[in-house]
Amino acid sequence: MIDLLILGAGPAGMAAAIEASRLGLSVQLLDENAAPGGQVHRNARADARGPGDIQAHAGAKLMAELAASGADCVYGATLWAIEPGPTAFYSVNGAARRVEAKRIILAPGATERALPIPGWTLPGVMGVGAAQTLLKSAGLVPQGEVWIAGQGPLLWLYAAQALAKGGRIAGILDMSDPGAWRRAVWRLPCALRKPRYLMLGLSWMRAVTKAVPVHCGRAIRALGTDRLEAIEIDGVRHAADTLLLHDGVVPNTQITRAIQGLRHEWNEAQRAFRPVLDEYGHTSVAGVMVAGDSGGIGGAWAAALSGRIAAIGAACDLGLFGVEQRDALAGPLMLQRGDELAPRGFLDTLYAPLPVPAAADTILCRCEEVTRGTIDNAAQLGCLGVNQLKAFTRAGMGACQGRTCHPLIHAAMAEARHAPAADMEAMRTRFPTKPLTIGELAALAE
Amino acid sequence: MFKRTEPTDCSITWQGQAIPARAGEPLAAALIAAGITQFRTTVVSGAPRAPFCMMGSCFDCLVEVNGEANRQACMTLVTPGMAANPMQPEVVGA
Repeated sequence: MIDLLILGAGPAGMAAAIEASRLGLSVQLLDENAAPGGQVHRNARADARGPGDIQAHAGAKLMAELAASGADCVYGATLWAIEPGPTAFYSVNGAARRVEAKRIILAPGATERALPIPGWTLPGVMGVGAAQTLLKSAGLVPQGEVWIAGQGPLLWLYAAQALAKGGRIAGILDMSDPGAWRRAVWRLPCALRKPRYLMLGLSWMRAVTKAVPVHCGRAIRALGTDRLEAIEIDGVRHAADTLLLHDGVVPNTQITRAIQGLRHEWNEAQRAFRPVLDEYGHTSVAGVMVAGDSGGIGGAWAAALSGRIAAIGAACDLGLFGVEQRDALAGPLMLQRGDELAPRGFLDTLYAPLPVPAAADTILCRCEEVTRGTIDNAAQLGCLGVNQLKAFTRAGMGACQGRTCHPLIHAAMAEARHAPAADMEAMRTRFPTKPLTIGELAALAE
Repeated sequence: MFKRTEPTDCSITWQGQAIPARAGEPLAAALIAAGITQFRTTVVSGAPRAPFCMMGSCFDCLVEVNGEANRQACMTLVTPGMAANPMQPEVVGA
């Protein structure tokens, strides 16, 4: 049995593995990708230049420290179940494995909040984060008629990165609420406790708006038969072969929601569920902790601090030291984390998630092709929430297991039922949380 | 569309046709760089789909890789000579 199992080699998981190894715990770190970094630090290099370079330098430093930490890192490993113990099950190279650990830190990060528009299932429409992954993992930059629509810091960062690498963007539709500044402005003094976020964001916006025409509005449709051919903004048609959508990110709670008895709460500011955590990252289930954006969106710097804090908490739980030493070690990190989280209220208000489209023919569940109209009909027939909606419509039951549509159908059901989103329960998930073949499973018996 | 900023170093096949790629990059990136727009059709309506999230979350990029069905092209890394084909399941309807 190992002391600590960590899921996810993004900033939180890497920092937790580094800190726990330093404290003397035996650590195993699992990640589905072939290398550490997670989404934010994917292929991060210490010699990076240009937009996003400060974050890349932080990522490269974490990767170097992780490699030197002595932690047992298993890449290409997909975790698919956690049972009481805790015992974790994962697959690597087509074979399932079981690992028992005294403590588990889950750090699966965040996913892009889907931005559904009419026609968004057409080939050629993808996430801004997806395009950034193409840039980071394969050096692909946009060319031709590439449009970006939505809101949030990542939209501007990606556009700035793509332009700096020689890419071309035909136009941007800024879908943010022009009145949001007025609601957000009183949170500005708090945000300025960590001015880096705003300074960087403004520099990306400045670089992009100099080079790319920016439209403002909300009415956008993707048009085409077998692939994207055009977009329509406020009734005006523009040729388009690629449309990149973005509306911020949401915590990845796919695994925590599948663990029996692990409590979650609704975060109204970020309009997403998050696991209920104490300041060290303990969940309501003994032995299972959460660190980083999967516990609530805070960004890469806050995530790395949460990872270190959780590792210190786990070491104390396992008897390496008492609570006084724990608090002495973690106290300064918690203060730093507070600073990194200071701009969050401003950003959450400025970029409050966009409303789910009212048009009945807009698909909300991509896998099962369930439209807004079908969901509204189910609600009229008496469907009470997203879990019952599965039986009514199959929404959330496709290959992605609700990863993409959960925030959308949750919001749509709340609207249709005229209920506060906080009162609508989250969609339950089930293990295995990733597809598993019989052949993979059989390896457990060997 | 997207263009490459770095050179390719190997070749893979899509529906039997050779396309250039970089070993170790996501298969989905190699196909997108080669101008492939349709990775699969859906089981519900037969509609065409292509990568959406590029991080293993959305399952829209499912392809057949070296004879194995339903592989996520975004999470499968290119190896020289890799043979990929679209997933075109029978449509069963909603």
